[in-house]
Amino acid sequence: MTTVQNNQQLLPASGVAKIEAHQKGESLWQSAWKRLARNKMAMLGLVIILANILIAIFAPVLAPRHYTDATFSAKNAAPEWVTRVFPSMIPQGQEGGYIQVDNSYALGADGLGRDLLSRILYGSRVSLLVAFIGPIVAIGVGLFIGLAAGYFGGWIDTLLMRIVDIMYAFPTLLFIILLMTFFRFSTAEPDPGSLTYTLGQLDKATGGMALIFVGIGLTSWMQMARLVRGQVLSAREKEYVEAARSMGNRTPGIMFRHILPNILGPLIVAETLTIPTYISYEAFLSFIGLGVQAPLPSWGSMISEGANTIVSYPNQVIFPALALFLIMFAFNFLGDGLRDALDPRMRGVD
Amino acid sequence: MAKFIVRRLLWMAVVLLVVSAITFLLLRAVPGGPFNTERGVPAPVQRALEEKFNLNAPLHIQYFSYLGDILVPRITGPEYRRTLTTDYLINIDLPILGEDAAFRWMNFGPSLRVRSRTVNMIFTENLPVSIQLGVAALTVAIIIGVPLGIVAALRRNTWVDYSAMGVAIIGVSVSTIVMAPVLQYVFGVLLKVLPVSGWGRIENVILPAFTLGIVQSALLARLTRASLLQVLNEDYIRTARAKGLSERVVVTLHALKNSLIPVVTVIGPLFAALVTGTFVVETFFAVPGMGRYFVTSVNNRDFTVVMGTILLYAAFLVLANLIVDILYAWLDPRIRY
Repeated sequence: MTTVQNNQQLLPASGVAKIEAHQKGESLWQSAWKRLARNKMAMLGLVIILANILIAIFAPVLAPRHYTDATFSAKNAAPEWVTRVFPSMIPQGQEGGYIQVDNSYALGADGLGRDLLSRILYGSRVSLLVAFIGPIVAIGVGLFIGLAAGYFGGWIDTLLMRIVDIMYAFPTLLFIILLMTFFRFSTAEPDPGSLTYTLGQLDKATGGMALIFVGIGLTSWMQMARLVRGQVLSAREKEYVEAARSMGNRTPGIMFRHILPNILGPLIVAETLTIPTYISYEAFLSFIGLGVQAPLPSWGSMISEGANTIVSYPNQVIFPALALFLIMFAFNFLGDGLRDALDPRMRGVD
Repeated sequence: MAKFIVRRLLWMAVVLLVVSAITFLLLRAVPGGPFNTERGVPAPVQRALEEKFNLNAPLHIQYFSYLGDILVPRITGPEYRRTLTTDYLINIDLPILGEDAAFRWMNFGPSLRVRSRTVNMIFTENLPVSIQLGVAALTVAIIIGVPLGIVAALRRNTWVDYSAMGVAIIGVSVSTIVMAPVLQYVFGVLLKVLPVSGWGRIENVILPAFTLGIVQSALLARLTRASLLQVLNEDYIRTARAKGLSERVVVTLHALKNSLIPVVTVIGPLFAALVTGTFVVETFFAVPGMGRYFVTSVNNRDFTVVMGTILLYAAFLVLANLIVDILYAWLDPRIRY
């Protein structure tokens, strides 16, 4: 109450101008960004992600060695600080010591004498690509199916939603293993000219990434399709769609120019919150050897390699695990912040 | 309600049929068969083996004979001998029809790669391990997650709430692939209080159960908090407070019961996810469950084992969802099917 009075007392003359300035106003996205910027944890997440993007781009500059450089004499070496952090890693020279101390490896070297830090830096490329391409694939498939089901309704809706129901009955992890095995071995046969051959070549060129995107896309579009359908169903009855139709707009125009921008907020939030799932799928696939193909490093495959020697060389599994945790943590906080910022019910509350 | 259940059961049958067909086609489209081993078998032997397991027949005949073995029940007499091709999952003695008569159902066939083992033997030996682990993990998830969510909701917007939800979001970000090595190192290697890996003793269960359970407990905590906050805004809570009931009675008798309905309903799918999602944990902790079997059998093109596992888990998922729907209608009288 007092503040209102204060404002009135302070701004008797400029009151009109102030209202105008306010009316000029903010778009939904501007106010969402302001709210997001106030959320400290979401900003921390954003900073971690941006840092990761820079690391992924400049990995060749930042990494002290190439990720394939193997020095046999340095295998399983660890710097001094690592042996202090992990008390079970006793350096050579002490009683029962077996760790070869080599400070030129910042985080240590793996069983083939490759620099862990360099491999983690390069590995961020895989996780980040999955984080950005995973949602694109899921949105690409889910959006079309959801739009079609929600807008046309009737038997198209029933058919598409039944397909979604059936896809949901597949145990996701088992299905993705099956799909990846299918793709990996079908595209391995040399048969130039065919589609599978092209896909196989593309996959080889990307170190096994292309097939991961296909596999993730085929198993994760359903949630998006359901969400889009629900949003379209409610948007379809709104006045602005009726207005657009009465002005003679055709169906595709209405769907993409009018409905899509209006349902974009919830879609972005849902996909941001799903990104950690995509990252963990990739890590899981690389963990069981169906993901990224050696020698390209991925945090999942590094964890898998390190897991065998966790008792003797815990640094080889803990460091990539921490990297994986950090990026998933960042995307989770950003997604949470985005949800709070974009939720229309939150608009105007503060 | 009965009509709803019947309709859902019929739909379930359709789903499982489609799942089995897709899996079958995908498996057969992968190059390589179960007998193309690295050392290789002589061509005549391979032909004989394929003949024996009916792998040379047209695909649709193979598919329908496979389905027939599972779906068609048999009443067997004294002549029945349990062999690799006649091993049934469900065996019920029928003393009324004679001394050795029995009702037998669901023959998932022999494993093509593991000699002298049937898919049913693999189920009965390895599935209980996965289920034990799943139950233990679910217990961990509920014991940690639900109280955390309740406390966070009751102390809303205080440091208790913020720290509980902060912990929860960290928990959500830790995938099992990260949690497993960290717990293994801290408790197995560093503190040496729990075994690093293995199975069979009670202390072997603790680390894998926590690895799986902590992630899910974070999800449960967030769900419980959101649900309780929503219920606390309902009119009947205001009425209860207006009557002059103490806050403790309002929360425990009026709010908590209703707020736990959504929580109870996610436990079904959660359990299914825990049991099917144990592969990473089984690998890290050397647990002899179904997850490991699945991956090795895909790599070995052990068609029958892969089909059996996928069907089993799919049935598991669909049943869990059905139970949740029924439970929901029972817990919340406003819902009618």
